[in-house]
Parts: sequence; C-alpha cells; structure tokens
Amino acid sequence: MNNKLQMQLQCPMPQLDFEVITLGHGSGGLLTNRLLESGVFDLLKNDLLNERHDGALINLQGKIAFSTDSFVISPIFFPHSNIGELAVNGTINDLAMCGAVPKYLSLSFILEEGLTMKEFWEVLVSIKFACEKSGVYVVTGDTKVVEKGKGDKIFINTSGIGSVHPQANISLRNVKVGDSIVISGKVATHGIAIMSVREGLQFDSDIQSDTQALHGAVLPLIEQFGSHIHLLKDPTRGGVAAVLNEIARDTHLGIDLWQKYIPIDEQVEGACEILGLDPLYVANEGIFLSIVSDSIAEDYVQNLQKLPEGKNARIIGKVVETHPKQVVLQSSIGGKRLVNMPIGEQLPRIC
Amino acid sequence: MKYLSEYRNPDVVMQYLDKIAKIATQKWTIMEVCGGQTHSLVKNGLLNLLPDNIQMVHGPGCPVCVTPLHLIDKAVYLAEEKGVILCSFGDMLRVPGSKKSLLEAKASGADVRILYSPLEAVKLAKENPQKEVVFFAVGFETTAPANALSVIHAQREGLKNYSILTSHVLVPPAIEAVMNDESTAIQGFLAAGHVCTIMGIDEYYPISEKYRVPLVVTGFEPVDLVQGIYMTIKQLEEGKTEVENQYGRVVKPEGNPEARKVIESVFRVCDREWRGIGVIPNSGYELRAEFAEFDANVKFDTKIEKAEESKECIAGLVLKGIKKPHECSQFGKKCTPTSPLGAPMVSSEGACAAYYHFSQIVKH
Repeated sequence: MNNKLQMQLQCPMPQLDFEVITLGHGSGGLLTNRLLESGVFDLLKNDLLNERHDGALINLQGKIAFSTDSFVISPIFFPHSNIGELAVNGTINDLAMCGAVPKYLSLSFILEEGLTMKEFWEVLVSIKFACEKSGVYVVTGDTKVVEKGKGDKIFINTSGIGSVHPQANISLRNVKVGDSIVISGKVATHGIAIMSVREGLQFDSDIQSDTQALHGAVLPLIEQFGSHIHLLKDPTRGGVAAVLNEIARDTHLGIDLWQKYIPIDEQVEGACEILGLDPLYVANEGIFLSIVSDSIAEDYVQNLQKLPEGKNARIIGKVVETHPKQVVLQSSIGGKRLVNMPIGEQLPRIC
Repeated sequence: MKYLSEYRNPDVVMQYLDKIAKIATQKWTIMEVCGGQTHSLVKNGLLNLLPDNIQMVHGPGCPVCVTPLHLIDKAVYLAEEKGVILCSFGDMLRVPGSKKSLLEAKASGADVRILYSPLEAVKLAKENPQKEVVFFAVGFETTAPANALSVIHAQREGLKNYSILTSHVLVPPAIEAVMNDESTAIQGFLAAGHVCTIMGIDEYYPISEKYRVPLVVTGFEPVDLVQGIYMTIKQLEEGKTEVENQYGRVVKPEGNPEARKVIESVFRVCDREWRGIGVIPNSGYELRAEFAEFDANVKFDTKIEKAEESKECIAGLVLKGIKKPHECSQFGKKCTPTSPLGAPMVSSEGACAAYYHFSQIVKH
C-alpha cells in the first residue's frame, strides 16, 4: 500500500458542513473555531498544543538553534509529496544544518479563499506524519484566509527550535583551504519533479521529490566526526550552485567542483537536458552539502553512505586558495568553467 | 545516457583536440553559428582546451538575441494593455525591451506564461475562450514546425482567440550577412545541426561555393563540436571549401520533409529585421495571407514606436563575429547578466553572456 493511501486510511477526512475555505474561516470567530475543531487540533495534538494558549511555554536547556522558512510552492501537490511535508522537513533541515536536534515547530497557514477542505486535509495529514516521523511537535500555530486571487491556494510558514548537539561546531568561519566538499545524494531531483507537474511544462516521468528530513543522518555524523564537520548546508532554492557561491563569497576562498563525481539520477539528467536547465541550479529538498576536514573526508563519506539518506554520497570538490570567491567546475571532459550565482529563476531555453 | 554518453567521452574529446593541435599550422577563425553550440562550448569548458591559434567566434544563432526590440515592446504591450495571455519560451522573458522585459511585465500583473510547446498555448486558448492567447513565436527553422503546427491545430479546432507574434529567422541568410561584411574574419563555419535536421543541407552548397568557405554541419555534444572543428580545420589546411555533415546520426541531407511541408504550408519567406544587425532580405518567416486571422501583427494592429538601441551596445558587431564581447567598452561594467544593455548578455546562448561566464575565472 502506498504511503498516501495509508495516511488517508489512518486519518479519514471528518464529516463537515463546508467543502471549501471561505474568508470567514480566518476571521477568528465561530467559523475559525469550527475549522480548527473539525479535526485540525486533533490531528496535531500534543501536550503543548493542547494548552491552546497564545503561545507555547517550553523549558529549554543548552544551546538552541532557531530557524524559519516559508513555503509558497506551486503546485501544492507534486510527485511523492506535498507542501505540508515540505514545510515540516524544510525547517527541520535548517535546524539540522545548524547541528541541532529539531524539537518544536510553529505552523502558520495563509489560505486562499476557495481552497477545498479535501486539499487542506491532505496537507494537514502530511504535516502530521512528517512531524511524527521526525519526532517534532507543532506547538503553536495560526490560520489566516485571504481573498481569492490574493494567494495561491496555500502558503505555509514554519519556524522551529532545536537543541544543538554538544559536539557540533558548525560555522562558515571554520571553512579552510583543503577542506573537502561532500554531497549526500543526487542533485536536482526535487526541482525537476515539480517542473514535471507545473502547468504548461508537464512531462511524463517517474521522478519524485526527494523531500526528507535530514537530521537522522546529520546527528550520527556529528557524534562521530564532531568539529571536523566545518559547515553543513542544504542546497534548496538556487541549488548547489547558489549555496557554494555563497560560501565562496563569504569565506573569500575558492571552490573547485568535479562534474564527474556529482551524482544525478539518469531521468533527472535527461529532463534537465530536454528543458535546457543546469542541474547545479535546480532546487533540492532531501540532500545536504558538508564541508569537512580533508583528513576524515573518505571516512565521512563511507559512514554517510551507510545511512539511508546518504547512500549516493560523494566527495565532489575542494576548498582552494586560488580563484577566491569563485566556484570553478571541471567538466567531465576536463574543461573548466565558472559556476556563477544564479541570476533569478532558471528559465528554460528555446532550443 | 545512451546516445549521449558516447559523445561526451573525455578520451575521444582529447584525441580530437590532439589531432586539431597537430594539423593546425596557422591561426584559424571559425564561427559556430548556433547558440546551442556556443552554450555547449562554454558549459563543457571546451574553449580553454582548444589550441590558442584556433579562434571560435560565436554566431548570430541565438534567437532571443536577434529578436528586434520593437517586437519585445509589442509583446509587452499586448500583455499589459490588451489583456492577452502572452505565452513564450522561457529565455525570452528576461530580454530587455526598450522599457521593460516580459518578466517585469509579469511582475506588474500581466498574464505572461512560460511554455515548452506552442501546442500548450493552443490548449490554453481552448480552455480560456473569453481571453486572447498570443504565442511569441521566435526561433530559427528548428522551432518553426511546432509553431506552424499550432496554427494548423487552432484552425482545425475553429479557435478565434489564438494568434502568434512571429519573429522567425533563417540561418543561411544570416551566414551570408556575416560573409558580406567586409570586415569579417570568419574562415569556416560550424553550421547548426538542429536547423539542418529540419531543413537538410542543400541550402549550404551555394554559400560554401560563393564565399569559398568550408561549412561543417555539427552537433552539440563535446565530441560533436571538437570533431566539427577538426573537420573544418582539415578542410582549411587542405585548401578545401566543402559542405560536410558531422551530425549524420541526426541530419539527413534532405532534412525532415514532413516538417518542411508544415512550415511551407503556414509560413512564407519575408525580409526580417535582426536585432543589432538590421534588415536582412529573405531572412525570416511570416504567416501566409490565408492564416492572417492567426497573425497577432494583423489582429492587434498597434503601432509600436521604434525604440533606439543602447548606443553603447555593440551587439551587432558581436553577432557578426567582428568584435569579441570583451572588446566592448561596457562588457562586465555597465553590461552584465543582471543589467544587460543588449540581448547577447541575457541568454545563456548569447555570446556576451557566454564570455561573461567563461572568461572571468581568476587565472591561477
């Protein structure tokens, strides 16, 4: 049985006297209450949320990581997942990149009038299962409704806090010449999965979004390699190219990349060829880049490859002294080119 | 990937580069006509692997680069003022018009959509009978069959709300324009493989003969390009001026007769203005009179004032291969991919953008 069906069976949509979200559902009045009481609270229930206070009261100790992210993806349903799971995993991953164990999330919806309750429910159920899978709790939230045409079905903001692992020392300041750049999995999968269902650009493929929580892979690595892990980044918007350019710019160091080692799914590579997109600029949601001491790099990759999130991990490049602030790719045939910061959204070429 | 990985084999590329270095006894200047070839040369870092005495000049085969300013202005006008759904291929959106680009028009609320196929635009027209749908039909002979087919489909469906804004250009007249310029330094051409896939190679024999230049129909993968360059140099070294087909696995001498039939039934050859170059006789396609109802130029008879190009932009000289992008006084200064003065700095196929991305590596 597939995951989606299993989720629907476990959490069937409640009987409601409304089918679509209207402005009133965001008014704070009776309709808002009816929406939340329809099963939304029950889906996400936990001791802190059940308090139904204006905010959550939490006891925290030690160093805390705090992050936020907004999700405005279109379409909201895409192969293998939807905006709900993405919103949970996205913030979890931002925390994981800080070396933190994600604990609590806030969850804010901006719904567009006319969104069907069926769609909203499907998103909520995904959120529930994504939280359960990662052991995080939604402890506070908000719902607003905007007029038809003022939104795009559903926008979600999640913020999260997590406890930083005591052995983590992850900072841009630690990146040094000679460090190895490790990628945990195949590039460009999420972006191409979205592209395959976008209006006007659809094509048939089995490509599924790679969205997944990454803290399960990151934390054991921190446990084992501690301060040898200098920096962690998840290459979401702008892809690997944007993240590495930011690192080169901010450290004033150069980055060499080796194209032949960059893992990519054959179908994704084919789709990029057809669409005229460079996979290095395409978004990812289930992989991370690590910049680690050269001395442990091989060992690090071998450990990462043993984890389900990292079975395609590879060393793909190095931090260098030459060409400061620039990312230079050695192509598979041995030529060199600059990998620039993406200008805006990558636009498909004519031919 | 099958049928691709063979043409990306680094060993084969190196073998051809060695062969090129061995046979090239002097400096040779070769133009790759198609923007797709330029893109591949840059993407694969091939330019810095070629021997110093082989100069590649990037040709005018970048459709977005040569689409005239006033047509972009017209597309923007239709989207903003006429309330049409303006559909376009992706990289046309960022090209600056005289006031704004289509991307900026979209940001101000115009309904501008990126599509991969003009047939999608026909579908949109069918789904939105109350709206006018206009497809910005730019490109060389390669995109012409699909654009023509969209008109045939719209006619068959009886759609009254679909039209195309045509800016089709043709490769052979552009090659002639390059060679007719007295200051040209071009000694050989890599002809555009995909254009020849549609049109065949017959049109190139008279050009090769008239201008005494070798013309090698070439593909787009690294092995294709180095092999095409090798074949051109071999001819030059041997004093030959022939038409050869490196891309034989795709290009048949007669092209694709079905596609040509579709083009001929919908379009006719016309004089066409090329951005930066000017009007080249018989260098474009326009809709035949019997398809006038699908011609956005006829349907929306709006006079768009001809705007002046930036005086600092030397795009025309670059597109004809007379100047290199970095010889422009504004290259990388006032003109960058984020604030382009001219179209060749916009598209990844444009010569200026290609140089910008390639040539800025800080040398070790």
